[in-house]
Amino acid sequence: MKEKNWFQTLIIFIVLFAVYGVVQLGISENLISDYYQTNIFLAGINIILAATLNLINGFTGHLSLGHAGFMAVGAYTSVVVTMKLGYPFPLAVLAGMVFAAVVGFIIGLPTLRLRGDYLAIATLGFGEIIRVILVNVEYLGGATGILGIPRLVNWTWLFWGTVLTLVLIRNFVRSSHGRACLAIRENEIAAEMMGVNSTYYKVLAFVLGAAGAGFAGSLYAHYFYVIQPSKFSFLLSFDILVMVMVGGLGSLTGSCVGALLLTVLSALLQNFPEFRMVLYAVMLIISAIYRPQGLFGDKEISAQLLSRWGGIFRATSRSE
Amino acid sequence: MAKLVSSRKLRYYALATAVFFLLGVLLSGCGAPQKQSEAEKIKIGINYELSGKVATYGTSCKNGVVLALEEINKAGGVLGKQIEVIVRDNKSDTAESVNVATQLASMGVVAMIGPATTGDVMAAEPVATSNRIPLLTTSATAPTVTFDEEKNKVREYIFRICIIDPDQAMVMADFVWNNLKLKKGAIMMDTGNDYSKGLAEKFKEYFEAKGGKIVATEGFVDTDTVFKPQLTKIWAKKPEFIYIPAYYNQVGLIVKQARELGIDVPFLGADGWDSPELVSIAGAKALNNTYFTNHYSSQDPSPEVQAFVKAYKEKYGVEPDSFAALGYDAGRLMAEAIKQAGAADPQKIRDALEKIKDFPGITGKLSFDEKHNPIKEVAIIKMVDGKQELVTKLVPKR
Repeated sequence: MKEKNWFQTLIIFIVLFAVYGVVQLGISENLISDYYQTNIFLAGINIILAATLNLINGFTGHLSLGHAGFMAVGAYTSVVVTMKLGYPFPLAVLAGMVFAAVVGFIIGLPTLRLRGDYLAIATLGFGEIIRVILVNVEYLGGATGILGIPRLVNWTWLFWGTVLTLVLIRNFVRSSHGRACLAIRENEIAAEMMGVNSTYYKVLAFVLGAAGAGFAGSLYAHYFYVIQPSKFSFLLSFDILVMVMVGGLGSLTGSCVGALLLTVLSALLQNFPEFRMVLYAVMLIISAIYRPQGLFGDKEISAQLLSRWGGIFRATSRSE
Repeated sequence: MAKLVSSRKLRYYALATAVFFLLGVLLSGCGAPQKQSEAEKIKIGINYELSGKVATYGTSCKNGVVLALEEINKAGGVLGKQIEVIVRDNKSDTAESVNVATQLASMGVVAMIGPATTGDVMAAEPVATSNRIPLLTTSATAPTVTFDEEKNKVREYIFRICIIDPDQAMVMADFVWNNLKLKKGAIMMDTGNDYSKGLAEKFKEYFEAKGGKIVATEGFVDTDTVFKPQLTKIWAKKPEFIYIPAYYNQVGLIVKQARELGIDVPFLGADGWDSPELVSIAGAKALNNTYFTNHYSSQDPSPEVQAFVKAYKEKYGVEPDSFAALGYDAGRLMAEAIKQAGAADPQKIRDALEKIKDFPGITGKLSFDEKHNPIKEVAIIKMVDGKQELVTKLVPKR
């Protein structure tokens, strides 16, 4: 068993490097057009956003609508560090994450005493407060935002950033801390009875989620040239929430698929400007009617699942 | 193998991620738009805000551009070729604007028209510049759009067709001094709005340079609904006119309340006044004796403008606003630039755009200055019993 584990790890790493290498080659050899590159980058950033929001909404079970606000904090902080202070990009990413986490902590501590609708409203409000502050700070460009940001994010950053985020969240959820979060989701009172410090774990998940959003924000800012407060309105929070919901609350695979699906959908519908929002809405309604729990529910594409599929396949082929 | 059950889900997450990205690559492999070399048609890309916050601006602009290019196609196209108009929506979102611009670039457009707002244009700018495709915006007014102040260099591939705000302020100052012959004025501005503050500042500068005097300046914020305290303060200083560079919803209330207070001097403004709503807020009577600067007037009696207004109404069923007129001019200007370039080549079209001289647009005769801003006439419009009337058209004397 142990040997097989080692073997699997190797295969995963080979696949990861192969994908990374193929796309990198495609980009440097101009085989992947700029348009597809932009969408790949958008998809990657959306995956990070959806996965980190899933940590708060899906795994800890607290509906937060302030994700765009944390993304804004990360985006603005990193841009200030690279453009105004002139430090290198990795430091900017770090600063963006740390600052977003700090803001997450400040916001999380009082609001996480609330639950359900009240928490949703409070986080929504805080997200908007961040946006309004940005509009009014002249140093950060006011309503016009910051223009002409250099493009410092490349495929290496995006790919390994996304992989790292997913691995970290997956490991967190499977750790004792993550189990405590899941327990809080299932029944907060029961969890407290079992000695889980619910405030601590809720704030922890919230802060980690905020840091992840800050990371996505700093990648976004350094790929799309322009950041404006209006971009980070609550509508963006809803967009991310929709990705999580379509994929399935509490499923990382779901977050990836949801984020990819909606990014591709939005890109494909560019060609039909008149029907764009209508089609988008229709797809969401269909998914809400037929898969209310999301595409994956809280299931993952896991080792068990894959090998079960393999078993079925072999069983059927043997009977033939 | 079938019994192999690993607890290490990690690998499968990673695998899943990998597969998705691979799918992305495959997708790009099959459907990648090829650069067309046969060029039977000349492709022009339209990147506008057709949904989202500023959809009304983007839609009007797009309607104008499409109308112009269709007319040109009907008349035989340019260089003996038809123009293919590729319309894309950027959802009033900067990231989508980058996305649309890259898509248009990889489809092999020779020029792009749009977006309408400063942020979206600045997002598309690096794409246009790095692909060396000229981009003509209809209504982005910030100076930085065409001129990089940090590097003190013009953005080579970006052009704009709308007058910039300082020109409006200058023309209004001219008009007050020379035509209305007033010497003493007051300003009311929206302090939370760059557009309003910028116009107020420039107007004051130009008007005082002529020897005029601004006796009072009062501010408000966009949520205010009662302006009588500020108006009373201003009125105590006995100004001969009041300049309000703001948007129609505030202007309507201000003018209405001012007339109630018995303030009978002329009110002046800028293109933010241009909305049918203005009359319904302020009332037709209160708006008498007010003037504002604008890009064009649909009441302009010139045959070109009237032909445009008629064609636009026939196609879309509504009166064209300034955005539609600017879009129409942008479409025709781009066709003219392609004609002068003599080839559907982005670089040559850029050079031709730079050399455009006295292009007869419906929003005024147009040439580009060294910062790629248009030098063209500004219309001065007077409100008479709730109707707009064109008073005159003035060229800013920069």
